[in-house]
Amino acid sequence: MEKEPIIEFKGVSKTFDVRTILDKVNFKIYEGEVTTLIGLSGTGKSVTLKHIIGLLKPDEGEILYRGKPIDKMSRKEWNAYIGQISYMFQNNALFDSMTIFENVALPLRQTTRLGKKEIAEKAMASIEQTELTDVFDKYPSELSGGMQKRAALARALVTDPSLVLFDEPTTGQDPIRKNAILGMVAEYQNRFGFTALLISHEIPDVYFISNRILALYDKKIVFQGTPDEFEEFEHPFREEILTSLESLQEDITGLYSKRHFKVRYQTDLSKRHPDAMYAVAIFALEEIDLVSENMGHDATQEIIRSLGSYINKHFGAVGGFSARQTINEYATVLPYSDLDEAERIMKDFKKDFLEHGLPNIQTLAEGAKTAEDCFEFNILAGLAQGKPQIEIESVMEFARFNQKPIARFQCERGGKT
Amino acid sequence: MAENLKEQNPSNAIAVEKPGNPFTWIFHPFGAKTLRINGNLGAIAIFLFRAFFMIFHHKQISAIVQQIYFIGAKSAQIVMLVGFFTGMVLGLQLYHVLVKFGSVGVLGTAVGLSLIREMGPVLTAIMITARAGSAMTAEIGIQRISEQIDALSTMRIDPVGFLISPRIAAGIISFPILTAFFDLIGIIGGWISGCVLLGVNSGAYFYRVISATQMEDITGGFVKSLVFGILVVTICCFQGFFTHMRTDSYGARSVSLSTTSAVVLSCVMILISDYVVTSFIL
Repeated sequence: MEKEPIIEFKGVSKTFDVRTILDKVNFKIYEGEVTTLIGLSGTGKSVTLKHIIGLLKPDEGEILYRGKPIDKMSRKEWNAYIGQISYMFQNNALFDSMTIFENVALPLRQTTRLGKKEIAEKAMASIEQTELTDVFDKYPSELSGGMQKRAALARALVTDPSLVLFDEPTTGQDPIRKNAILGMVAEYQNRFGFTALLISHEIPDVYFISNRILALYDKKIVFQGTPDEFEEFEHPFREEILTSLESLQEDITGLYSKRHFKVRYQTDLSKRHPDAMYAVAIFALEEIDLVSENMGHDATQEIIRSLGSYINKHFGAVGGFSARQTINEYATVLPYSDLDEAERIMKDFKKDFLEHGLPNIQTLAEGAKTAEDCFEFNILAGLAQGKPQIEIESVMEFARFNQKPIARFQCERGGKT
Repeated sequence: MAENLKEQNPSNAIAVEKPGNPFTWIFHPFGAKTLRINGNLGAIAIFLFRAFFMIFHHKQISAIVQQIYFIGAKSAQIVMLVGFFTGMVLGLQLYHVLVKFGSVGVLGTAVGLSLIREMGPVLTAIMITARAGSAMTAEIGIQRISEQIDALSTMRIDPVGFLISPRIAAGIISFPILTAFFDLIGIIGGWISGCVLLGVNSGAYFYRVISATQMEDITGGFVKSLVFGILVVTICCFQGFFTHMRTDSYGARSVSLSTTSAVVLSCVMILISDYVVTSFIL
């Protein structure tokens, strides 16, 4: 039986003056999932989000919340509906004449009957979760763009919403910060279980945190499905946006996008003899939530990026190619190596990483927020070999199964390694 | 559904189609303009009523106090300075007129009544418009274009109640108090120029001020200041709140134009309503 969507757009159209932005748009958002809406600039992504929160009304069609049209709700039902939604604006929309604490506490002060003490506790808890404790008494203009983004997130989450709408939360952020924000969204979604609808251009990074992708193109939703299904999606939309963004991604990190990774191994392995061997290595940062909690999102993303860079540098030199698979996992294919050779390469990698990579992580850990209690985490790696006719996914699964620690970060009390 | 979240566009409240008959072209712009003005007046009236009724909420108290500080306390110095020199000029001018008729004894009456009935309420309102009204429009306008007002709506906070009501309440409280300060300091200014500098008898001056001033003069002045207070704050807040609806500009420029419109319109409305209220009082 099909799940009941929490939000459903049915034939929604919107025109401003003579310009049609949405033309009979249909899509569904399911409870507890992260859904990402992607599309070119100016195609109506923010307009779509603003319809859900009631800032705009459709000219035609209807928006359903748990099957009930929102324009037919009574005032009481509407208040209950809107009370479950938080909206994080593209430009944060923080009140610049209020401190961060006042901004976060504002919805509680104005819409609840909580006492001063409870409001302060809840607001500070939200501020702590978003790592803004040191700047709670500062004004938004005194903070960096990333901090302002986190303050907006703290305000969006302080009322414990069940649906959070993120309007381009990563706009204007550097690559590390972008991943940190996406990681933060994923972590909080995991922790609090809210439904998230996200507008983002961060392809393919958003794939790692999204359960579903919606593609808005030429005033319509041209795709809705899982990120894996989106990889197979054939449409002019991809030519216009995905290819350019993915190429840019490769230029910046040196790593392949998931799609290019797939194209590369299909091309490479199809040329090989059916009995030839190739190896796959899977790397992962263990306990990413614990690392984020103790070191902060920025440092965690820096570690993941640093690990990706080391993998690419080391394995690229011996003919391998790599791509990020999930938020904390990389896959490398060594198309011309069997398991023995791959193990030797891995041994060299481990040595190099312990000598140069881990000290870099130590530096990051010392510079980042450190927990009072000591914590530790492992970097895992696993190898498996396969033949060209075997599905690469099953070889990757074997490699995951074979994972064991190759490096361990361990701190002494006070955060020292 | 909450009305505050609905798309509001007072400027386009009444759409008037261009007539096909060429003989009516000449009247069309006037008719369209009139209908637009009517639409805007209606929108302002609804805006004021919504804001007024939302004053009576216990969560508004601290916001009202803050606004009284901003509109009232922070304007007090400039209002008193203007009041002082207005009184001095009145004392000087009236002395030279009255001395021709040998009636300098009524200088106190002339200065006191001029200030209490007319100049106090009008000049105080104009000064507050210049100082606090323009700031109100700019602040609310910036909050509008930076989506802070939309953010309030998404947090289930009524923007009119949160931003406008405390200002209306503060205007109602501050305008009469500042007018009283203006009148008092103005009378002292008139005494300095008329009595201290030009030699009119001080006792006669103050006796005339007190004996000529009736309770109706004082209440009339305060009624005016109340009317001006409501008008100025409503116009300034309205211009800022709907700055994004301007069709002649966008962004920062729309805020600057809204601020200019707010000040000009407020001053014009102060003078028009002054005549209307005076005609009812007298």
